[in-house]
Order: sequence, then C-alpha cells, then structure tokens
Amino acid sequence: MVENNRWGNLFAHLVLILGVTIVVFPVYVAIIASTHPPGTFIRGVMPLLPGPNALENYRTVITEGRSRAGTPPIGGMLWNSFVMAMAITIGKLSISLLSAFAIVYFRFPFRIFFFWVIFLTLMLPVEVRIVPTFQVVADLGMLNSFAGLSIPLIASATATFLFRQFFMTVPEELMEAARVDGAGPMKFFKDILMPLSITNIAALFVIMFIYGWNQYLWPLLITTDPEYYTIVMGIQRMVTGGDSEPLWHLVMATVVLAALPPILVILFMQRLFVKGLTETEK
Amino acid sequence: MQTKRMTFSNSWLPYALLAPQVIVTLIFFIWPASQALYQSFLRQDIFGLRTTFVWFDNFNRLFADPLYLNSLTVTFWFSVGTTVLSMSVALLFAVMVNRMIRSRDSYTTFLVWPYAVAPAIAGVLWWFIFNPSIGIMPYMLKGFGYDWNHRSSSTDAMILVIIAAAWKQISYNFLFFLAGLQSIPQSLIEAAAIDGASRFKRFWTIIFPLLSPITFFLMVVNIVYAMFDTFGVIHATTEGGPAQATNILVYKVYRDGFVNLNLGSSAAQSVILMGIVIVLTVIQFRYIERRVNY
Repeated sequence: MVENNRWGNLFAHLVLILGVTIVVFPVYVAIIASTHPPGTFIRGVMPLLPGPNALENYRTVITEGRSRAGTPPIGGMLWNSFVMAMAITIGKLSISLLSAFAIVYFRFPFRIFFFWVIFLTLMLPVEVRIVPTFQVVADLGMLNSFAGLSIPLIASATATFLFRQFFMTVPEELMEAARVDGAGPMKFFKDILMPLSITNIAALFVIMFIYGWNQYLWPLLITTDPEYYTIVMGIQRMVTGGDSEPLWHLVMATVVLAALPPILVILFMQRLFVKGLTETEK
Repeated sequence: MQTKRMTFSNSWLPYALLAPQVIVTLIFFIWPASQALYQSFLRQDIFGLRTTFVWFDNFNRLFADPLYLNSLTVTFWFSVGTTVLSMSVALLFAVMVNRMIRSRDSYTTFLVWPYAVAPAIAGVLWWFIFNPSIGIMPYMLKGFGYDWNHRSSSTDAMILVIIAAAWKQISYNFLFFLAGLQSIPQSLIEAAAIDGASRFKRFWTIIFPLLSPITFFLMVVNIVYAMFDTFGVIHATTEGGPAQATNILVYKVYRDGFVNLNLGSSAAQSVILMGIVIVLTVIQFRYIERRVNY
C-alpha cells in the first residue's frame, strides 16, 4: 500500500473544502439575495447573511412577476419550462429508441445512409444555423407554440447511438426465442427490448431533462408571446428589461426557482445522472 | 455496420420506425443547413427587394472585416481560457477526491450539481457577484487596489465570462477525470512507490500520462462547449461588450442575423461555424474509435 500521509490528507481536505466553497458560493449568494428587501441593494456591498423578506419576494415573483418590465409571473414560466423539458425528453427518447431498433434489428436498403443522416445532427447544433431554422419554424407556423419549442430539438444522434450500442449487447438468443414463440418485431420491442433498456432510458432521461430545461437560445428566438416564455430565458428579460439596475432581490428569487428543478434532479438521481453523462459522451 | 446475426424481415416497418427521427432531421437540421449554405452566396440590397448571387463575396468581406477578425480572436481566447481554467480546477479536485475513501461521495455530490445550472443562469450569478457597485468581488479586489469594472474594461469582461462558463463545466470535467483516475491500476502506483517515486513524481510520470486520452477527449468537448453552448452566458450578461470584447462567434451570428438583419453575412458565418463543428466532431469520433483503456 502506498504511504498514508496525514498532512497530505489534511491538505487535500482543505483544498476540497475551499473548492466546494467556491463552487457553492454563487448559488449561496443568490439564495441570500433573494431574502432581502429591495433597499439592501441600493448601497454598499451585497449581503452575506439572510434577510427578512424571503416569503414576500418569492410570492411576488411567483404570482405577479414584473408586469412593467414585460415579464409574466414566474409560475407560468416554470410550467412552460417543465412542459418543454418533458416534451423534448420524451420525444428524444421515443424517436431514438425506434430508430436504434430499426438500425440494429432490420436489414434494409439505405440503412447506412439513414444512419449517417442521423449522425449529421451532431454536426449541426442550433447555434450554427440560427436564422434558416427560425425561417423554417416560422413558415410552418410553429412560432409561439409548444410544438415549435420542442419538436425541432428532439432529433438525437447521441441517444440513438447509445441505444444502438446497448441493443448490440442484448443476447441474440432472446430474439431467436421470441421468434420461435411467434412474437413479431413490435411485440419483441415492447415486451423484451424496452424492459431491458429501462436503466439506460432512465439515465438518459435525467440528462435530456436537464438539456431541455436549460434551453436558452431556442425559446429566445421563437417565443415573442410572454405566454410561452420559459424561465431560463425569462431571467434575461428581467436583468436587461429597463434601464435601471435590475431588481436584484426579485431576479435572484427567479434564478433560484429556475435552477432548482434540474439541481434537484441531479441530487436525487446522481447515480443515473453519472451513468447517463459518462455513457452518452463515449 | 453490424446488425444482429438474425434480423426481422419486413419491407416497410424499418422505414416507419426511422421516419420520425429522419423527418425531424431533414426539416429542422439538414434543410436549414443547406439554406444557410445557399444564402451565404447571396446578397440582398438594403431594401430587401433584390437578391444577387455573389459567389464567395460574403466570405471575402467577412475575412476583411476587422469586427469579424476580432470576434475570431475573442472566441479563441475565450475557449482557451474556459477550457484551461475549468479542466485544471477539475483535475485538481478529482485528484484530491480520489485520495478520499469515506468522504468521496459527499464531495462528489457537492461538486457535480453545477452541471444542472443553465449557462445563462451561471452568467447572471457571476455577473451579480462581480457587479461593480454592490458585488462582493469588486469590493474585495478594491482592498487589493484593483478597480474592477467589466462595463468598461475589456479584460475584466472577458475574465467574468470565462469564470462563469468554466464554473458550470467543472462538474463535467471532474466526473470524467475521477472516472479516469479510478480506472488506473493501483499496482502501477504501488510499484512506483516501492521504487521510491514521490507522490508528485508519481502524478506527473504515471497518472497524468495515463489520463492523457481523457484529457484530450475533454479538451475537445470543452472547446465545443465554449464555442457553441455559451451563448447564454454572453447574452444574459455582457451582450458582447464592452467594445466587442466578448463578442464570440455564436453571439455575432445571432446579432448579425436577428438584430442587424444582415442575412448574407450571418449565413456565411453560420457556414464557417458548421465547418468548425464538423472538424471538431470528426476529431472527437476518430479518437473515440481508438480509445481502448477506460
């Protein structure tokens, strides 16, 4: 065994505690700021200890929003984000499962061609084709709708590859047995393949949900109607809306609410999250 | 490419199964991309009435445009800064956490969650901390005699967006480095220790070289992240300013297309960006095929 160095361990703990402090600090500051009355931010340095206004601030952002700056109540934006994240996640998972199934369990003309078409999506993130994608969505009349928020983002090469790889490891005998017993392809898919993939599906679900929730550029482009604002993009409106200094106590309350759902997902499903993250990127 | 040894035979079902994915890809990925390619050869007059085919003129103009060249430089420094900062901090944390036995999981939990924070939110958080009038960091820096102001100083603004972008990416790098460290055989390290190599020497001559495949992989992923996923960081905080100091390529495409409505130039920029993504993706995938250990 390698030598055990007490001072070294102490040093490592110190580095890590400092590291964790730095990593946690921004969110700590946000939580603290969201509990203060507006007056705190006019002068001096931002507070580092909680203030008395938490309930009032959160009630304000959830129910009223800042109507003057054009931001609707947060409640609606949270709901929009949730719907968009779920639609993207479920959409990505289902179309990727189906296409991986087709690619692994069938032989048909143009199979490789379709595989490359799906692969191309990796090379064309929204950020590099902003204007023409916007035009397509506008021509299809999908601006300001949940369909427009989610459908253009549900193609997924990574999920398809992951499921393909996983299907390749499923023993051949299972399918032979299913065929001998007279099961058709869809029955095999539903009753054998899906139950076997459930851990992979769950792991990807965590990653995709975070991806969907954190979408920023896309909702920014295609929503002009506050009815459809999602919370992550709504924050930007609060920060830059109006010429004055942002109302920090309300902005930070919104930030906390916007960051909370994906953080909770990671904390409670850490094992699945790590699995999903390390396997999709391989 | 492989299939199963035995496959289902059905003439239409596989196409039906592929249809949703392929249709979405064609409509929302491939068609817009080809449009960008096409538009990059066109130019509209100022009233939008006449469109002319100008061959590579949009590209020539871009590379003669000091603003675009500036944006390239800015993107370069931003990507390098974000990648280096985030990866080195993450490697340090991973090496430290890897020494721990009982506390490993609790430290990991504390270090992974920033992954969940959207880039735009990460930007706003650090923007608040560095706010010149009430932020805590400028207050502390003033104690050291430095007058922080990212509204007027280009360097300060760049440092701010790099910190915000790197902070969010630490968790990702940390998880991969930790997985890499745990896959290094303990016997190698013990052998070196018996031969009298110090901890420091063991790290640089054994652990770090064995980590190099992961380091390279993470480098590509981080560059892609810094170039394409950080739109939110810039848009929610500095908006490219001050004086174009943080105007990264992705943000410039958006500005030129949606705010300045210069479609030809924006399309040409899109095409260049696509070229960059394609090169990076190819590097990433070629490399993954060869990766054996871990």
